[in-house]
Amino acid sequence: MITIDNLTKKYGHTLAVDEVSFVAQPGRVTGFLGPNGAGKSTSMRMMVGLTKPTSGSATVAGRPFADLPNPGIEVGVMLDASAQHAGRTGREILTIAQQLTGVAARRVDEMLDLVSLTPAEADRRVGNYSLGMRQRLGIGTALIGNPRVLILDEPANGLDPAGIRWMRDLLREFADDGGTVLLSSHLLREVEIVADDIVMIGGGRIVCQGSKADLLRGVGSVVRATDQRALRGALHASGFETALSDDGAVATDVEPALVGQVALRAGVALTELRAAESGLEDMFLQLTADTQRDGTRHGKRNQKRNQKRDQESERKAA
Amino acid sequence: MTTIDTTLGATAVDRTPARVAPVPLTRVVRVELRKMFDTRVGFWLMASLVILGVVATIGTILFAPDEELTHNTFAAAIGFPMTIVLPIIAILSITGEWSQRTGLTTFTLVPHRGRVLLAKTLSAVVVGVAAMLVALVVGVVGNVAGTAITGTELIWDLSAAQFGTIVIGSLLCLLTGTMLGMVIRSSPGALVVYFVMTLVLPTVFGILATSQPDFVDVQPWVDAELARSFLFEGPPQGEQWAQVAVTAALWLVLPALLGLRLIMRSEVK
Repeated sequence: MITIDNLTKKYGHTLAVDEVSFVAQPGRVTGFLGPNGAGKSTSMRMMVGLTKPTSGSATVAGRPFADLPNPGIEVGVMLDASAQHAGRTGREILTIAQQLTGVAARRVDEMLDLVSLTPAEADRRVGNYSLGMRQRLGIGTALIGNPRVLILDEPANGLDPAGIRWMRDLLREFADDGGTVLLSSHLLREVEIVADDIVMIGGGRIVCQGSKADLLRGVGSVVRATDQRALRGALHASGFETALSDDGAVATDVEPALVGQVALRAGVALTELRAAESGLEDMFLQLTADTQRDGTRHGKRNQKRNQKRDQESERKAA
Repeated sequence: MTTIDTTLGATAVDRTPARVAPVPLTRVVRVELRKMFDTRVGFWLMASLVILGVVATIGTILFAPDEELTHNTFAAAIGFPMTIVLPIIAILSITGEWSQRTGLTTFTLVPHRGRVLLAKTLSAVVVGVAAMLVALVVGVVGNVAGTAITGTELIWDLSAAQFGTIVIGSLLCLLTGTMLGMVIRSSPGALVVYFVMTLVLPTVFGILATSQPDFVDVQPWVDAELARSFLFEGPPQGEQWAQVAVTAALWLVLPALLGLRLIMRSEVK
């Protein structure tokens, strides 16, 4: 378990992390989301004692990180896969971690196997590795002590689609075994698929947090029917707004379950009904809109929808 | 996915986090020793020590006047390149954690920076002492082989006390590297300052001493290089020990404490 309590970091007058509090639970994957520069990495460095917080505290497995007698076998940490000596081989980097944590020497080969680095690749210097290979090596280093907690900063960066699928399965399995996973990302789709809980951060502050299921409730639906007009009429009659999207589907703010009920009562046969595809992405963009670097075009377009949802998520956060 | 099953799941049950043994310092020292030589740079620095030692021995046999083919000459010829290369190894051992950003891993596996730095300092001392012993042995071999080749008399003129002070002098050089690594924390920066300290500074002090007669008395108290030469040229006498201690405090201990403080407070990114 990871417990973050009012973590704050000030650089001069800049507030990089502003009273961030959350708990990453065992058995669950917690996604730590936010745009570039939102304070994700600073928060994670504070969790593992690399950066001293201005105020607030963080505990991992019930203790401040620095109080862990042998952190490597309790917490696996990967903050930057590229932060490795370019002149060392992959196998050597794993061996250093294996010796420092004092685990069995065979763990090196086991980890190489686990992260699918071939013996030939393992004996190459990391300077010649692709980013994806470095990520795999970083995961192997984090897991070598067989920890129960994982703290990973942008682990999916640079992985190819097969690699991303592999990483997702691995984290899922780790959490299903009772492990705690905290991973940061700006790759929303990845987090949306693997995370059980989501903590969204923008401009150093938490903008919303909760289980993925709760947060995605109310992101709206995309629905098609043989008789679109009857469907929209029924939804309007129930007091819901609808819009016709470019590809002819009906888009609405209402969650799919409710749309289904309305359609059933109205006797409209549906041909398609699903949660709005870009649910998390939409929410991410609007909640972090004022902290985004490059404009808020998307955010403005959805402003009306957003306001409503903002209120909703504020209510949830409170 | 069977690999994950066995490797991740195996200890989920039999694990008792409450009885985790702390990482012993000896383990950290051993790993830091390994890290000094497991990179390409580390390997070649190590190789250069050996190569320079052999070249120095052969050079001494070829070019030194026959009457100077003594154990002391050989030991000095081999010891000199070591006093240059060893501090570089000590510097890179520390600055690599920042320049190569390996500190992100090191300081999370051992979340006490003072402990890591202590281990690095100890491992640098181990390397220094080992190198000096190698120099001693090569010196013996060189002396025996050299005098046999030239047919001159075999002279053993390196006393245990002298060897001891040479080791202390070399360790002071070596620890200067450790200190610079801690203060500057960047490989190129620390290397530049190291060469300024060992090459430029003594020259400046020398010029000062010739142009300002008053400075001559002060020089051994501030010129670390000069004070160290007392150690290399045979056991220092009375006041010279004090001068060694004062210059070491000034150029080594004080800045090292400053560097330690900087490292304890800094952010590792």
